[in-house]
Amino acid sequence: MMQVAKKFVAVDARFSEEGELAPLAIYWEDGRKYEIDKILDKRRAASLKAGGIGVRYTVRINGQSRFLWYEEPRWFVEAVIRN
Amino acid sequence: MSATRHMRQTATAVVENRGPGWHGRPVRVLRAVLGFVEASRFYPSLKCAGKPGLDRQGISFCRFVAEFYGVLATAKMADRIILHSDLNSFYASVECFYNPELRALPVAVGGDAEKRHGIVLAKNELAKKYGVKTGEALWQARQKCPGLVVLKPNYSKYIQFSKLAREIYDRYTDRVESFGLDECWLDVSGVAGSIEEGGGIADEIRALMREELGVSVSIGVSWNKIFAKLGSDMKKPDATTCVAKTDFKEKVWILPVADLLYVGRATERKLRKMGVLSIGDLACFDVELLAKVLGANGRMLWGFANGLENSAVRKSGGSPIIKSIGNSTTTPKDLVRADDVKITLYALSESVASRLRDGGVRCRGVVLSIRDKDLFSFQRQAPLEFASSSSKTIFNAAWKLFAVNYPGGKPIRSLGVRAIGLVEEFPSQLSFAGPVLDDERIERLDRSIDFIRERFGYHSAKRALMLVDPALSSLDAKGDHVIHPESFFA
Repeated sequence: MMQVAKKFVAVDARFSEEGELAPLAIYWEDGRKYEIDKILDKRRAASLKAGGIGVRYTVRINGQSRFLWYEEPRWFVEAVIRN
Repeated sequence: MSATRHMRQTATAVVENRGPGWHGRPVRVLRAVLGFVEASRFYPSLKCAGKPGLDRQGISFCRFVAEFYGVLATAKMADRIILHSDLNSFYASVECFYNPELRALPVAVGGDAEKRHGIVLAKNELAKKYGVKTGEALWQARQKCPGLVVLKPNYSKYIQFSKLAREIYDRYTDRVESFGLDECWLDVSGVAGSIEEGGGIADEIRALMREELGVSVSIGVSWNKIFAKLGSDMKKPDATTCVAKTDFKEKVWILPVADLLYVGRATERKLRKMGVLSIGDLACFDVELLAKVLGANGRMLWGFANGLENSAVRKSGGSPIIKSIGNSTTTPKDLVRADDVKITLYALSESVASRLRDGGVRCRGVVLSIRDKDLFSFQRQAPLEFASSSSKTIFNAAWKLFAVNYPGGKPIRSLGVRAIGLVEEFPSQLSFAGPVLDDERIERLDRSIDFIRERFGYHSAKRALMLVDPALSSLDAKGDHVIHPESFFA
């Protein structure tokens, strides 16, 4: 059975001159680093599965799109837990 | 492309890009497009150029006319379009949102039973099915629903959600009036031309709430605040209910009279004696007779029932007119000794004084509320000699009121201190009188303590008296302060 949990992650991010915040890479707890190829979308949205609100970035990592939330001051993802 | 078609397309693009309030409002958009086209025809003669087409100045001019036409289209509608948005089972919804594993369980948010605040503040839909009611004791709720999950309230989260919900409302209108943390009225007359269009905005807001905040709202749409509020209660959760002038008798008049705002238990009892059971009964009742029995409230309620309520939805953004600042608390144990009362009054007075200073105001009077262990309650008030925001002056006034009005009374269950007659802090009358100078000195001391508490926490600095009873002095009246629904007439 698959469950979804709220997983806070470390993120490299950059502020532009206009003050726009853009995530660049996500660090997983085992030390793996996932570079973000592209930000596909950015909007205020809730994560019903994980229970969190904030600015949701739809990002492309290794050709796959994933959601990444900025719930000030932390970043989180919906992590899949396999029992 | 012909010049006229180009003009129409420009007009539609200009008008459609006016923001969310314009989208899907056919009457307004159509009027505005017409306005733009007419203005663009008129513009060449205005410039005396005689050339067809528009320069940049012309587009600005036509935009202005279009806006004017659009506003005129809605201004012509005599009725206001009021929305009442109610966040469903607010506290419980927020808790279930943050704890997905609880969503399949009956959940209630309740006060701390050990501090004698043990009542149900909110419950989710599942708990509601078991008959759990807001306001009942937690032990009663647990009897009805043995598996009930009771969570402590987390007000900072609720306030954050309330602010975010308000941001969504603000996208549609600047006329947003809060009624507690979970309810708001919105006057969308500027962007909706009819109740149906108001219903369309309500549906958009519901979708945004689900998507952005993960919670649901019920929204009532009507031409007055009272019927809009009744509408939001009709269908729950996550629904829109429109109450128009054509159908309010079928929808509203059949409801029990107790559903009406400001019909409490006592008023309901009086109305029942007169044979008034439903809102329709009230609307058709002799208003003069109602006024005789219920006074001015009788006339007001009769107006409510007939849809005659016409108070404005207050604008958001501007600071509300604050008439008083107060704090009250139900203490963890009954107050018997004078020191018990002093400790509680100090905690309340310090909070009230600090909030006065935060708001840049001083008070000219103090109100003391007392509720004894038999739940009998009363209030007494006294003026101050000079306007003050020092905790000591407010405490002295409250203590004096207590000593005069409650000598040797029953043990006390709850106390409240309220500052009234608020005046701006500056400019203030300069004085060389002793008490005023003392008050200013204490006020400076209070500000220093505010600063220490802000940096190191509320309990980092306290009066020696507070050490006598740690249970009573654990109250952080300011930090624990919760905004309850204010009066409809505030």
